[in-house]
Formats: sequence, structure tokens, C-alpha cells
Amino acid sequence: MDLSAELHGDVLVIDIFDERIDAASVIQFKDRMRELTLTASQRVVLDLSRVVFVDSSGLGAIVAVLKALAPQRKLELAGLTPTVHKVFRLTRMEQVFKIHDNLPLDLRHAS
Amino acid sequence: MDHPISAAGRTKMQLQSDPQAVRDGLCTLLAMVPFCNFSDDARGSVEIVLAEVLNNIVEHAYAECGGHIDLTLDFEHPTLSVEVVDTGLAMPAETLPAGALSPIDGNDDLPEGGFGWFLIRSLTRGLVYHRRSDRNMLAFWMEVA
Repeated sequence: MDLSAELHGDVLVIDIFDERIDAASVIQFKDRMRELTLTASQRVVLDLSRVVFVDSSGLGAIVAVLKALAPQRKLELAGLTPTVHKVFRLTRMEQVFKIHDNLPLDLRHAS
Repeated sequence: MDHPISAAGRTKMQLQSDPQAVRDGLCTLLAMVPFCNFSDDARGSVEIVLAEVLNNIVEHAYAECGGHIDLTLDFEHPTLSVEVVDTGLAMPAETLPAGALSPIDGNDDLPEGGFGWFLIRSLTRGLVYHRRSDRNMLAFWMEVA
């Protein structure tokens, strides 16, 4: 699974280049997130703007990352696409994450 | 995966019990008529429900051995009726899980699972499950207008 991380000041931004976090990819997602979050930072922002589908196992894995980082570090989410947002909304998990509509401007790649 | 066959509003598909086969099968299915003509919102709901139902069969019914999953979808605007059959293990007590969400009580206690049946129950109607001889049959319908 293709994830990469970049440090912007005290914020670690993690990009996912795959379209799905589901039962077929959830183990790889967990492993890559564990590796990438070894980089110290106060905040971690997961950019989900390329992800079109998250199933219940993917949702559980994202919650597990939030719990693994707490209480010292916060996991925030950005760029939820419509079906992904629906899964977070229905399960009420949108209440437990700080969710940005888009990746904040100061955290985007200079390009 | 056998390629889905669609005629007169009915689509039939057989999948191997495997997470990658479920993913590939769903992507193939939802790109076909009539599913590709549903609204994005309705197609998203169908994808969520089918992914949860199929992955549940892969993880539980066929936990001990592989097998086939047979999917039959009947669309008569605006209702999509779905029947899913497998020959794996029965549901515990031959009953569907309640699918209630755990309460959200601070970050330490957040649930990391148990979302699947909640999503299925939230997005479907007329959900029924039967165990007949060695087969599980799950059926439900969804409004996709």
C-alpha cells in the first residue's frame, strides 16, 4: 500500500495514494501507519482525499491509529470523499476526529 | 471470479471467498448497468452494504475453509433487492448480530470493530437470514432512487 509522510513544522502529513482501505488492504495500512508515525510530531493529519472507499475494517484501523497516538498526539483527517464521509457519519466516528474539508493550505506540497 | 451476468433487471455473480476477490468483484459490479446509473449517493450505500456483507462471509462463514458466494441482485426502480448465498458456517445461534454501536466514551474506549452490521442495518430494509441444510441465505432491499 502506497503511503508517504512529510513533516510540516509540528504536523506530520500522511498521504495515501491508494483508493481503498478495506479488508484486502487493512493489514498493510496498519503496518505503514505504524512505521510512518514513528516520526515525532504533535499532530498527525491523514489526507484521505484520494480514498474513495473505506469499509468497517478500514474504519476500525483508522480508529486504532487515533488510539495508538493518544493522549500525546492527535490524529486529524482531511479530504473525506462522499462515501468515506458517509461511513464516518453513520457510525458517529466523525465526532471523535478533527476533520478538515481539505488539507489546510499551509500543509500542502509546494508545487 | 465469474464475470457477472445481467439480464432483465437481474444480475448474478459468483465470487471466491477472498478479500481481494470481494474488492475486485464489487468494482466490476458497480461499473455495470444498472449500478453505474445510480446516484453517487445510492451507489456508495450499495457498495458499503455489499462490502460489509461479503467480507463478513469471508471472515466468518468461510473462516475455516474457502468457498463460493452467490450474489443475486434484482433492480426494479427504485428498489434493489439482494440475495446472498454461501455454504459456510452458520451465524452463531442462526441469528443475525444486533449491530448496535458501542457508546463513545472518551478515546481510550473507542470501538475498533462492530461497525459492519450497524452499517448493514442502517442502510438496508427487510433484512432476513435463513439457514437451510448447509446454506446461509441473506436477503434485503434498498431504495436507490
